[in-house]
Amino acid sequence: MNPRYRPLAATTIIFVIAYAICISQYPSMWSTRVLGNFLTDNAFLGIAAVGATFVIISGGIDLSVGAVVGLAGVLVAVLVSQLGVHPVAAFVIVLAISAAFGASMGAAIHFLRVPPFIVTLAGMFMARGLASILTQDSIPIDHDVYRAISGLYYRLPGGGRLSAIGLLMLFVFLVGGIIAHKTRFGSYVYALGGNPTSAALMGVPVARTTIGIYALASFLGGLAGIVYSLYTSSGYPLAAVGMELDAIAAVVIGGTLLTGGYGFIFGTLIGVMLQGLVQTYIVFDGTLSSWWTKIAIGLLLFMFILLQKLVFSAQGRGPRLKRAPA
Amino acid sequence: MRRLSLSDIAKPQLLALAFILVLNWMVFPGFFNVTWQDGRLFGSLIDVINRGAPVAILAIGMTAIIATRGVDLSVGAVMAVAGAVAATSAVAGQPLIVTLAGALLVGLACGLWNGSLVAFLGIQPFVATLVLMVAGRGVAQLITEGSIVTFSDPALIFVGTGSVLGLPMPAVIALILMIAAHLVMRRTAIGLFVEAIGTNLSAANYTGLRARTVILGLYAFGGCCAALAGVIAAADIRGADANNAGLWLELDAILAVVIGGTSLLGGRFSIPMSVLGAVIIQAMNTGILVSGLPPEFNLIVKASVIILILVMQSDRVAEVVSRRFGRMTTRGK
Repeated sequence: MNPRYRPLAATTIIFVIAYAICISQYPSMWSTRVLGNFLTDNAFLGIAAVGATFVIISGGIDLSVGAVVGLAGVLVAVLVSQLGVHPVAAFVIVLAISAAFGASMGAAIHFLRVPPFIVTLAGMFMARGLASILTQDSIPIDHDVYRAISGLYYRLPGGGRLSAIGLLMLFVFLVGGIIAHKTRFGSYVYALGGNPTSAALMGVPVARTTIGIYALASFLGGLAGIVYSLYTSSGYPLAAVGMELDAIAAVVIGGTLLTGGYGFIFGTLIGVMLQGLVQTYIVFDGTLSSWWTKIAIGLLLFMFILLQKLVFSAQGRGPRLKRAPA
Repeated sequence: MRRLSLSDIAKPQLLALAFILVLNWMVFPGFFNVTWQDGRLFGSLIDVINRGAPVAILAIGMTAIIATRGVDLSVGAVMAVAGAVAATSAVAGQPLIVTLAGALLVGLACGLWNGSLVAFLGIQPFVATLVLMVAGRGVAQLITEGSIVTFSDPALIFVGTGSVLGLPMPAVIALILMIAAHLVMRRTAIGLFVEAIGTNLSAANYTGLRARTVILGLYAFGGCCAALAGVIAAADIRGADANNAGLWLELDAILAVVIGGTSLLGGRFSIPMSVLGAVIIQAMNTGILVSGLPPEFNLIVKASVIILILVMQSDRVAEVVSRRFGRMTTRGK
């Protein structure tokens, strides 16, 4: 097997083993109902995590994505419920605003040469603040289009429901995978994460790519916000607080290297599913409290960071020995 | 010690603080009124240093960590854990000294965990501390068993709401800690070590500096500071709230350090200036509160301040400015 697929294989095997253990304890977890709910319940997280994967492969980080989800949800709710805009038009407006928001963060990162986590931290404050100024309460969305989309699903054998937003997440993963692995933009992202200086020397348009990466991440954050508003039929400024950490955890668990230059979009899907598995297990168990989710995800995160360290320090040992002076 | 010169007083941070205070005074004329009541001082100014104390304490621990090109994202979660430990210990009837020691030990353990991930496993600080940031609140909820543990131990409550010589206790603790940390950094070689590690880690290693031990120690100190802030926050509300204690304060602490002029690229730091940064942040918070604007504006104001500082610290902007005012700066030197 190609060694570069090893971390991806490790994640997949761990997911399969974990799922097998869950099924051995609760046989009813092996059903299309549970699988369908996995996709529906984690759709917004998955969509945002695709954006986070691009950012992390490029060697950056985006802390603003949870706040963008909240802002997008509130914007949609205000546009649809208070201003009477048609939901489809509202979606277009919100996606355009989100992408512009991300592009300006990317521009700040590139032109001011500041660490991405500070810029996106400011972006997070900004987006949450704007959302809270628009409204402080949850705004319900009641519209025919919303009811139609929420009612759309494909019935799987065994009674499971593959909902529209679940399918949308899978579609985003597919498109994300194609962009990352088959397009020129995707190669630029990997090149930037590998080494920005040599990327620039090779002729990668660093400014355009950086702006594009953060615009894409916020665009997907906006899409995740729309999905979240479909999922809850409302917009709430404090929605998805702390979701950026879940997204980063999913990316890391999916085998993407936090130093950049290496990673797979598909791995992130496994990372999201593994987090969903932890939550579902806790629901099935019934006696465990919800705070075990946080501890379990923290432990998973730690395990995978350690794994990355071991795998990549083993790979890097050869050249390091050569470089050491006698 | 060199004499104070005009340039020491005219630091941009002090000017910014003065500007914010004057702005506060304009929207709320009673801002500078300080009264003496029941053996302690009262007033908006006192409130600023009282409310700013937890972030100031976090910033004291964070400064040296950021100076080594690190960051500690877990301080908010550590505050929650330490608060939970202190509250359960107080409910169990332990004396103050045991409660404080327990909370500080837990903070020390958290700091050592972070520090060993960074120093010995070589994990990026951002990522290493993310683990505890995610898991820490879960641990805190485990300790409080999901509820808000309230206590009525007067000794512990004094830590959060008492006063010494009329000044609020949290501010006194922050002040003592600031002076102690500053002296340890500047009167011993430790400050030099920190700057050497932040400037160039390999070079520091080649000079024989035990960089790993120093980094481990800094994160351990950061954990203790977070625990102290957590005890104060819990004592202030007489209860430990695992979900909300210290929420977002890691961001405020980083912001305070950055406002204080510590470089995010490492190698340059000042603990008193970070504390000043924390006071500036709190002055903005209080200003928004007394002006009657909705507290949500806080976030936008903070974001704007971060952007302003980034523009001011940026190399490129500095290049453009120095090209335009080049003659003035060379004459100044």
